[in-house]
Amino acid sequence: MCLGVPGQVTEVWEADGTRFATADFGGVTKEICLAYVPDVVVGDYTIVHVGFALTKLDEKSALETLELFRSVGLLDDELNVIQTPPTAAAG
Amino acid sequence: MRYLDEFGDPDLARALLDDIRRTVTRPWALMEVCGGQTHTIIRNGIDQLLPEQVTLIHGPGCPVCVTPLETIDRALEIASRPGVIFCSFGDMLRVPGSGRDLFRVKSDGGDVRIVYSPLDAVRLAQENPDKEVVFFGIGFETTAPANAMTVKMAQQLGLTNFSLLVSHVLVPPAITALMESPVRRVQAFLAAGHVCTVMGMSEYAPLVEKYRVPIVVTGFEPLDVLQGIRQALAQLEEGRAELENAYPRAVSPQGNPVAQQVVREVFETCDRAWRGIGVIPMSGWRLREELAAYDAEKRYDVTGITTEESGLCRSGEVLQGLIRPVECAAFGKECTPRSPLGAPMVSSEGACAAYYQFRRLEPAAVTA
Ligand code: SF4
Repeated sequence: MCLGVPGQVTEVWEADGTRFATADFGGVTKEICLAYVPDVVVGDYTIVHVGFALTKLDEKSALETLELFRSVGLLDDELNVIQTPPTAAAG
Repeated sequence: MRYLDEFGDPDLARALLDDIRRTVTRPWALMEVCGGQTHTIIRNGIDQLLPEQVTLIHGPGCPVCVTPLETIDRALEIASRPGVIFCSFGDMLRVPGSGRDLFRVKSDGGDVRIVYSPLDAVRLAQENPDKEVVFFGIGFETTAPANAMTVKMAQQLGLTNFSLLVSHVLVPPAITALMESPVRRVQAFLAAGHVCTVMGMSEYAPLVEKYRVPIVVTGFEPLDVLQGIRQALAQLEEGRAELENAYPRAVSPQGNPVAQQVVREVFETCDRAWRGIGVIPMSGWRLREELAAYDAEKRYDVTGITTEESGLCRSGEVLQGLIRPVECAAFGKECTPRSPLGAPMVSSEGACAAYYQFRRLEPAAVTA
């Protein structure tokens, strides 16, 4: 239950002074509370936990991380040319 | 968005695994603190794909599992009372108390309801002014902002029929307890990403320093977990002990200050008993004294609880990473998700449930 799930904000409104939103979780929509993420707007991705958005997902940083992973992969390919590919069971 | 799916990309996973294989020269033991990460690891077989020298120890980060039996029994008692609507996250319903669970209370006529968000419980209190609504407020730091907000909202709405049965637990004191334990095996920690989304990273720096132990803040997708492991192993191999962030898209060093502020206004630190483990000093949050009106523990006088744990269940050892679920003799026999003896077999984050779901067909010797 500690899991936070990324969702995209599709609509924002206010009730009793608190901001709420509709968020899309890969086709399933849910109502979430934006009280803790004052800067989140429609279109943003956020990590949602038990109905509360906890942070705006940093897309730039996500892409950088993936880029880093890809460079690890590239390095592998280069090494594999000179080394025998690892034979340890994978998958 | 496309990029989110890529954190499960098998090709990139293979590349990270290859890199880990190249890095590791000696045996190491890492602990993933959070049960969500345990599930990612077991579901994807990450522990089996890692080099043999690397042992992953599953940590105590399952809030449902560590909620003390005494609190569960208290919940069962309150939930059985007429006029009470008892609200809980779904995971909690099958968690065994001394002899029964919330599900049983419900089938015996208690008004027990599963809520997706704590705010649903506030709504129920608004809609049912003639009933008392009690919400079972458990969880780690991740869940605390949501639970704290219910009290704020109840105050704002002037609700007098809403209260919280609180059993919050905190990660840093649990890490301290594990490091102080005489059977200390863990050489590096993967810290729970979403706990840090809320709290930031500063609480972990003193632990890294004091115990010279690498701590890597780690996410939950397969690639996130692999990257956390990779960074922790690199530190160990290089003889470094540092605090690193392998989940920067969701964790900033300062965390979420708005959430921290509300949590501070509603909760205060206290000693907390962890089920199967025992009392860990200053490892919990309870409602502040001045919010006693919202505190179910104070509103409902529950006396005469005599707790009784299953004699077979070894959840305490599982939660401290001392044994794996398959080493418990009751695993998959007397204890299954349908009739669990201990909380780790119930919760979606419990290690026993993860092994039951993904590993029960393997002989114990292979996974032990
Ligand atoms: S398998 Fe069941 S009985 Fe054994 S430790 Fe896990 S929850 Fe307890």
